Amino acid sequence: MSDARPLVRALTDPASTGDLDPAGWTALIAMARAEQLMGTLAHRLDGLDVPDAVARICADARLSIDHGRRQALWEAEMARRVLAPLGEPVVLLKGTAYVAAGLSAGVGRSIGDLDILVRREALDAVERALIAQGGWEWVKEDEYDDAYYRDHMHELPPLIHKDRDRMIDVHHTVLPLTAKPMPDAAAMIEESEALDDGLRILSPPDMICHAAAHLFADGDLAGGLRNLWDIDRLLRDFDERDGFWAALGERADRHQLAKPVACALRLAETLYETPVDGDVAGKSRAGDALYVRRLLARDDWGGETRKGLRLAFYIRSHWLRMPPLMLARHLWTKWRGKAHHDS
Amino acid sequence: MRHEFRVQVGPAAFRIGSDWRQPLDQMAALYNGYPTPEIPDFTVRLFARRFWRRFLRPSVMIGGDYMLPDAAPLSLAHGMLGAEMGMNLQMALGQRRYLLLHASAVERDGKALLMTGESGAGKSTLSALLGERGWRFMGDEFALVDLENGAIHPFPRLVSLKNEAISLFEDSVDASRLGPLMRDTPKGDIRHLRPPDDAVEKMHEPAHPALLLFPRFGHAPDIREIGQAEVFVRLTQASTNYVMLGEVGFDTLSRLVTTIPSRAVDYPDTESAVDSVERLWAELAA
Repeated sequence: MSDARPLVRALTDPASTGDLDPAGWTALIAMARAEQLMGTLAHRLDGLDVPDAVARICADARLSIDHGRRQALWEAEMARRVLAPLGEPVVLLKGTAYVAAGLSAGVGRSIGDLDILVRREALDAVERALIAQGGWEWVKEDEYDDAYYRDHMHELPPLIHKDRDRMIDVHHTVLPLTAKPMPDAAAMIEESEALDDGLRILSPPDMICHAAAHLFADGDLAGGLRNLWDIDRLLRDFDERDGFWAALGERADRHQLAKPVACALRLAETLYETPVDGDVAGKSRAGDALYVRRLLARDDWGGETRKGLRLAFYIRSHWLRMPPLMLARHLWTKWRGKAHHDS
Repeated sequence: MRHEFRVQVGPAAFRIGSDWRQPLDQMAALYNGYPTPEIPDFTVRLFARRFWRRFLRPSVMIGGDYMLPDAAPLSLAHGMLGAEMGMNLQMALGQRRYLLLHASAVERDGKALLMTGESGAGKSTLSALLGERGWRFMGDEFALVDLENGAIHPFPRLVSLKNEAISLFEDSVDASRLGPLMRDTPKGDIRHLRPPDDAVEKMHEPAHPALLLFPRFGHAPDIREIGQAEVFVRLTQASTNYVMLGEVGFDTLSRLVTTIPSRAVDYPDTESAVDSVERLWAELAA
């Protein structure tokens, strides 16, 4: 049965695509698109001798990524202008942070929503400013969803901009409040680093902690190959910095994220040959192979495979997110809503 | 995927995979003679959401490189429509090489006539009709505007005839050019029509635009001038990738709007429409 290994191989060792036949290229492109990694692949293949059809597809992808990057930075600037008068630190997260900071993880990366982290105490003021001065408004949600976000989540319900049609996710911590680990968001903001325009990014160790938390605890590994690629590129950028690995170990402990960070490191090493520190990554575990199987669950058509394993990870993601009784209540409400919607 | 069909339509190459054979056989018959690409630009998938839905009340899900969330499934009898919708979706969401206008196009003497308007305005039917009457059919759905020189590239996919338009062609074209009649699809009754042979042979020959019309079916005959600003705004709404292309999209659209004449054309029936088009073409473009 085919899986996404050709994509992993092409990203890790672009020159290895030299032996692909047309069917191999076709599959590679479909997988890269499905995993939101086409822009990344296009940049990795830059300068290599590829078939004309592939070169055209890559050129299109690069154009589209350039456009997305410009839009993402503009959204960040719009938020900065609205929030600057509050005098609160605004930390960019994920894709926008990578491109704003010029990190390798930002090269070719597709960027969706704008994600920012602010102090929990500042949440109300930030929300008010975005809506009153910024032109953002609530995405139409039902009452249950809204209350759920506000009581249990690590972010506000998503806001969308009236004119620009772009979403902003305002986080006040890294994981849902109902999850077991309690990352120290205040410390993350404290240690964050200022960019030239006053917006901030997480410190290198915290950036890895956040990426790892995002990869495992906050999702069902959907988009996992892309999120793991982020981690690979970040680690390669930070690898040479003095004291980085020791700091990563300490911060992961402090945020109660030692396990997800260690697992992310091992998976990155397995799939992308990432240089990792053995002390932080720890020994490989039997479960690692399941993660690899889940991450690679794509066929030559870009379709999802291994449905059972996907479902297992989906259920697990909810399990990690909330205690059992609450999970049961949540799924019941969601199921009832869906049944109602379908009928 | 169990079954596969590849086809090149103008500058865009597709591969369509399907859990069922029937829709792809229907496509292969109608697209007979179109080139088969080696490495396609876009992938479309027709698949069963659950394994048993391949056999039991089969319902066709549409997927692909670019997808809309919550697309409703179709019955297997409408499977080919699903493939065509999937191809259109790839163009609408994934095409970056050209400014994409929701418009039909025909060519005469090396010059292109563009027709755009809301769904139901008749642009598709008109282009197909003109394609049978001495014009070269270039496309009934998308006009691809070259970002460097403003030329129109053909996209002669199958014409999707809707409702009353179906009977206009059933008696006049060779039966082998018509697909199965699909009743009560989400878009009404649909029957696909293979474009004329010259449209297929010349699918790689662009033409410079010479006239832009906004036809509107079901009104007393009338022809109105439209200001350039309004034309510009209406075309931004008729484009799926204008915003995405940024500055080059603006430049390309500005050039189109400022260099060719445009008219709104109201018509009560197709014969009246063809008359108006011929007259305007002779007056403004020939």
